[in-house]
Amino acid sequence: MKYALAALAATATLARPADASIAETIDSVFASSTGWFVNLIFANLPGTGIPWIVGWLVIGAFVFTLYFGFIQVRAFGHALQIVRGKYSDPKDAGEVSPFQALTAALSGTVGLGNIAGVAVAVSIGGAGATFWMILAGLLGMASKFTECTLGVKYRNEYPDGSVSGGPMYYIKKGFAERGLPLGGFMAIMFSIFCVLGALGGGNMFQANQAASQVQSVLGVPTWITGLVLSGIVFLVIVGGIKSIARVTEKVVPFMGGGYFIVGMAILILNWDMIGWAFSEIIRGAFTDTGIIGGMVGAIIQGFRRAAFSNEAGIGSAAIAHSAVRTKEPISEGFVSLLEPFIDTVIICTMTALVIIITQQLLIDANTGMYLLDANGRIQNVEGVGAGVPLTSAAFGSAFGWAPYALSVAVFLFAFSTMITWSYYGVKAWTYMFGEGETKELVFKLAFCFFIFVGAVTSLDAVIDFSDAALFSMAIFNIIALYFLMPIVKRELNSYLLRLKSGQIKAYK
Amino acid sequence: MAEIYLIAYDGSDTAERALNYAAARAKASGAALILAHVLEWSPYSFLSAEEVAERHKRRKEEVGRAETVILDPIRKKLSAQGLSVSTEVRYGHIAEVICELATEYKATQIIVGRTGEKGLQARLFGSVPATLAQVAPVPCTIIP
Repeated sequence: MKYALAALAATATLARPADASIAETIDSVFASSTGWFVNLIFANLPGTGIPWIVGWLVIGAFVFTLYFGFIQVRAFGHALQIVRGKYSDPKDAGEVSPFQALTAALSGTVGLGNIAGVAVAVSIGGAGATFWMILAGLLGMASKFTECTLGVKYRNEYPDGSVSGGPMYYIKKGFAERGLPLGGFMAIMFSIFCVLGALGGGNMFQANQAASQVQSVLGVPTWITGLVLSGIVFLVIVGGIKSIARVTEKVVPFMGGGYFIVGMAILILNWDMIGWAFSEIIRGAFTDTGIIGGMVGAIIQGFRRAAFSNEAGIGSAAIAHSAVRTKEPISEGFVSLLEPFIDTVIICTMTALVIIITQQLLIDANTGMYLLDANGRIQNVEGVGAGVPLTSAAFGSAFGWAPYALSVAVFLFAFSTMITWSYYGVKAWTYMFGEGETKELVFKLAFCFFIFVGAVTSLDAVIDFSDAALFSMAIFNIIALYFLMPIVKRELNSYLLRLKSGQIKAYK
Repeated sequence: MAEIYLIAYDGSDTAERALNYAAARAKASGAALILAHVLEWSPYSFLSAEEVAERHKRRKEEVGRAETVILDPIRKKLSAQGLSVSTEVRYGHIAEVICELATEYKATQIIVGRTGEKGLQARLFGSVPATLAQVAPVPCTIIP
């Protein structure tokens, strides 16, 4: 631990004199070393402008929605009752409640995707991207239900009471149970990409956005924020100082609530514009508003952001939910299907509406077409970069203090997402290399190092890599979900029958 | 009907006084004693992913500690004096759980020590004895 601290300090002294050039070097090395991987994952379907991976996720979500008969609609009310504790046995008090399982998994997904990712989506895809984002969010609820049910069903329980679960476990055990080949191989592939996803979307993207927001509002160089973040995360995950994480876990849900309330306030202040905003969203969703790729461009951006933000089909939430002690895998699946709803349909949509309603995106008054800059992005009023700065400008146009509050929120969201993803990463890592403190330490040190790398590299290189790594998890996860969904259906039918007969009883 | 005293016991000095009071009364009346240790717990607090994973293990440890360190020595001591003693470890809002236990075990009296919260904290959240005084389903004795 001492050596690691010394190494961090050494990085600090090295970075100081030639700050800019080192950042540039890391950036170019990063972009050139990950470019091929990004290109492979985001390759278009032959003859179309649609990346195959986006279609993969949405088709998956659509198939699960149909296969389970619109479970997200049918079980929505029941899911709320479970979270309220209606079906919790009072004898289980002291175990993780459904509410705690939901908020713990949400803290990994509600984060910068909701603030920065959405801003990127609307500044490339226009207002119409919002419509497709909501649709993908609603469909994603079925994917989340499927994967979290399986996560609980096939987790490993150890004699000391701890549990390990997630796609790598259900792929291996579920495939073995059904007599299918390649389960072990796919589980390992998933784990590899889960580790990369933890370092990318769960880490570098977060660090990058936090650093750029702190730089643009408070003028602190990115490498300082990078070092601070990596230092704090180091203290928590390696140093075992849980109190920091505990404080954050308590503050972050309130920040999420506060973000929603401030967003609502801006919408109410502009209530006369709400109808216009929705008509812009519909117009952008179904017609060409001058963005790159036209209507298809809006679909791609919307789908992409929804998937990246709520992580449905990616398999990450299954890792968090499988740790919950419950007798019914299905009830955990029901709880989890609320996540894409809260994350995408409520919070992401709030960000998009605020950006649209405060009219940050420039529209040609004569043609109704968006004005694009040299990079094919829609120009905005303040001329700021896509990502957090755009959201910040939108909130700032209504409340002068909002950008400062947003900086704090971004920093905390980034931090809590990193802590959650470090847990996902460790689980995938130990699945591959076996449980053990030294093995965990290796991953955790790498995790802290990549925070710094993420903070100083450019937005595009990081965002592309983190999306690519996350989506790669979905390749193996969704294949497995297709093969294992009959098992979920059997569980679901049995659960619904027992619920109807009163065998699963309400306590309140 | 035999008397049953439910005592909220957390090992503190005031809980000790409540216990002594109850034990003395029980010797006279032949009442059975139930020692309840309640661990404060809300299903609506926030946990991190790692805490979620460790929760079941922690719960087992917490219950084990409450039984072996806090309740067992007392039970042995009182049993040796010829009293009928049983123990219970529960999670939840302390006053609420005490009331539930009182109903569940058909206790005839609840005996608690005065915790003595003062100032803002007591004003905002109330104290366990004060809450019990207001909502207890059976007579409640508060020991200073």
